[in-house]
Amino acid sequence: MANLKTTEKKTKAQSMGLHSEVLTGKTQQKFFNPDEAENFYYWGTYDVDFNKRIDLDVNDLDCKEANKKIDELMSQGYGTIVIKNPQGKHSLGVGVLNKLNLIFEGSLGYFGVGSIDGPTVRINGRVGWSCAENMMAGKVVIEKNAGSCFGAAVRGGDLICKGSVGARTGIDQKGGTIIVGGDAGAFTGFMMQRGRIIILGDVGINLGDSMYDGTIYVGGKIGSFGSDAIESPMTKSDIDWIKRKLKVAEIGENFDVSKMTKVVAGKKLWNYDALEPTEKKGAI
Amino acid sequence: MCGIAGLIHRGKSSNVGNELQAMLQALKHRGPDSTGYALYADNDGENFILRFKVGENVGEGSSSINEDESVYDKRKELVDDMLKNLGAKVLKEEKLTPYSYRYEMKYDDDLMDFSKKIESIESVEILSIGKSLELIKDLGDAKVVLDRYDLGKVTGTHAIGHARMATESGVDIKSAHPFWGYPFSDVSVVHNGQLTNYWNNRRVLENKGMRFMSECDSELIAVYLAEKMRNGATLEEGMKDSLSGLDGVFTYFVATKDSLGMAKDTMAAKPLVLYESDDLVAMGSEEIAIRSILPHEIDTYDPFDGEVKVWQI
Repeated sequence: MANLKTTEKKTKAQSMGLHSEVLTGKTQQKFFNPDEAENFYYWGTYDVDFNKRIDLDVNDLDCKEANKKIDELMSQGYGTIVIKNPQGKHSLGVGVLNKLNLIFEGSLGYFGVGSIDGPTVRINGRVGWSCAENMMAGKVVIEKNAGSCFGAAVRGGDLICKGSVGARTGIDQKGGTIIVGGDAGAFTGFMMQRGRIIILGDVGINLGDSMYDGTIYVGGKIGSFGSDAIESPMTKSDIDWIKRKLKVAEIGENFDVSKMTKVVAGKKLWNYDALEPTEKKGAI
Repeated sequence: MCGIAGLIHRGKSSNVGNELQAMLQALKHRGPDSTGYALYADNDGENFILRFKVGENVGEGSSSINEDESVYDKRKELVDDMLKNLGAKVLKEEKLTPYSYRYEMKYDDDLMDFSKKIESIESVEILSIGKSLELIKDLGDAKVVLDRYDLGKVTGTHAIGHARMATESGVDIKSAHPFWGYPFSDVSVVHNGQLTNYWNNRRVLENKGMRFMSECDSELIAVYLAEKMRNGATLEEGMKDSLSGLDGVFTYFVATKDSLGMAKDTMAAKPLVLYESDDLVAMGSEEIAIRSILPHEIDTYDPFDGEVKVWQI
C-alpha cells in the first residue's frame, strides 16, 4: 500500500488548498500543478469556434479517412461540423475529446461516436450497435432508432434516442444518463454499475439483470425483471429529475412521469456481502 | 461472425443477383471464406432445377482434399445413370465448374427418396432442388462467386445470402451457406451465430430419417424446419418453435418459393437491421448491406429478441 506523508515543500497548489498531502510508492498520484499550467496539454483536443461551420461529405471516404478529416477540421478551429452521407458507415466521429457541434445528416453503423469526451452530437438518422460506447461527457441525440448495446459502458453525459433501441441498452453503464423515447429490448441495464436509464416505452425480458447499482425508469410494460433487479417507489425528486431531463432531451412532453416504474439493484449478489475487504480476501 | 443478407420484392421482379451481390460484398469483412446465394429466380415454374456438386473447390484456403478431376466426371456419369433409373427426365444440363452442375429436369415422385439415392453416390451432394430456387455457394467473396457462376443477370422476387467466416467446421462448399431445406423443394436457410445443442438435435432428427451433409451447426436449422414442415407445421410455426428448440445465439433467414422469414434468438445476441416498405423488405447483419442497394435516407430498425417475421411476395 502506498505511504501517506506530508510534503515538506509547499507548492502553489497546496497553498491554494487544492491538496495537502501526496501519495508515494507504487500508486503515486500526480496532481495537476498550476505552476506548470502552460505545460499542461490534453492530447487530441482543440480550441474550436462554434460559429465556424463546415460541411463534410463522407460518401467516398472510409471511416479512418472521415475521422482524420474531422480531426483536421477541428485543428483548423471549426466548431460546427455537418457530416453528409454517412451511409451507415461504422466508427464515425469516434474519439472527439473537445467541445464540438457534430451533426450527422443520415445514419451511422456500428460504434458511432464512441469514446467521446465533450461534443454535442445530433444524428438525424439511425445508429447501429454500440453507439457512444465509453462516452465520458457530452450530449448525443439520435432522431430515429438505435441498435443493441446502446450506450455500453458510458461514464457520463447524456445519450438520447428518440426512437426504439435494441437489446442490452446501457450494459456496464458507469455513469451519465441514457434516455429512450420508444421501446427497449432484452437485458436493458445489464450489469450496470452507476448512472440512470429512462425508457418511456416498453422493455423486454431480464430488465436490469445483475445490476450493481444505478437506476432504471420505465414508462411502459416490463417483459421481466432480471436477477437482483427490484422495483423501488418513485419519489418526488425522481419525478422532478426525470421531468427536467426529458425537457432538455425534447421528448415526452406530455408523458406522465409519475406512473413510471423505478428499478434498482437488490444488492443481494455475493459482492454485496457484509464482509470487510480483508475478510473477503481470506474467504477467497 | 458471419454476414447474412436478404431481400424480397413484393409484387415485382428485380435483378436480385446483382442486388444480393452488393449486399454481401458490403458484409465481406464479416466473412471472407465463402459466399452463398439462394436466388428465387423467374423460372417457368414447370421443371425442377437441380444443383449438385460432385467434388469440392480445392482452391486457395480450402480445407478439402485435392482429388483428380477425372473422378468428378465419373461421379457425374453415376448421377446421370441414377437419374435415369429414378425416372427423372433431364431437359438441360450445364457444367458450371469442374465440380458443380445445374440440371433442369422433370420429376414427379418423392424428393426425399430421390435425394437419398442421388447422394448415395460418393461425394455427391445436392445443393438444392426447386422450381425457382437457384442455390449457389463457393469459396471466395460475393463478387468472385457471382462472376464464377454468372449470377449478374438473374432476376427474381427474393433472395438470401451469406458471407461465411468458418469457425466450427471446414472452409469448403459443404459447410457453406445457404443450406437447402432437404427434402423440400425451394427451401433455403442462412444463419449467423452458434447453436449449442447441435448434436442432441442431430441425433434425434437423424433417427427420424433426416439427412445431414456437413458438420456445420447451421445446417441443423434447415433440417429442423424441414422436419417441422414435413409434420404439417407452417413455416412460421416451425420458426417460432425453433426459438425454444434451438439453443444458442442465432439470427437466421429462411426462404421458400413465395416467402421470406427471419428469426432472432431470445438473447438478441446476433445483429440484424431491417428495412420494410410496401414494395421491398431488405435486411442484413449491418446497415451498410442495406445501404448498398438503397443509398438514400431510409428508416431501419433492429428487430427485438425472440422476434419472428415472415413476408410474402
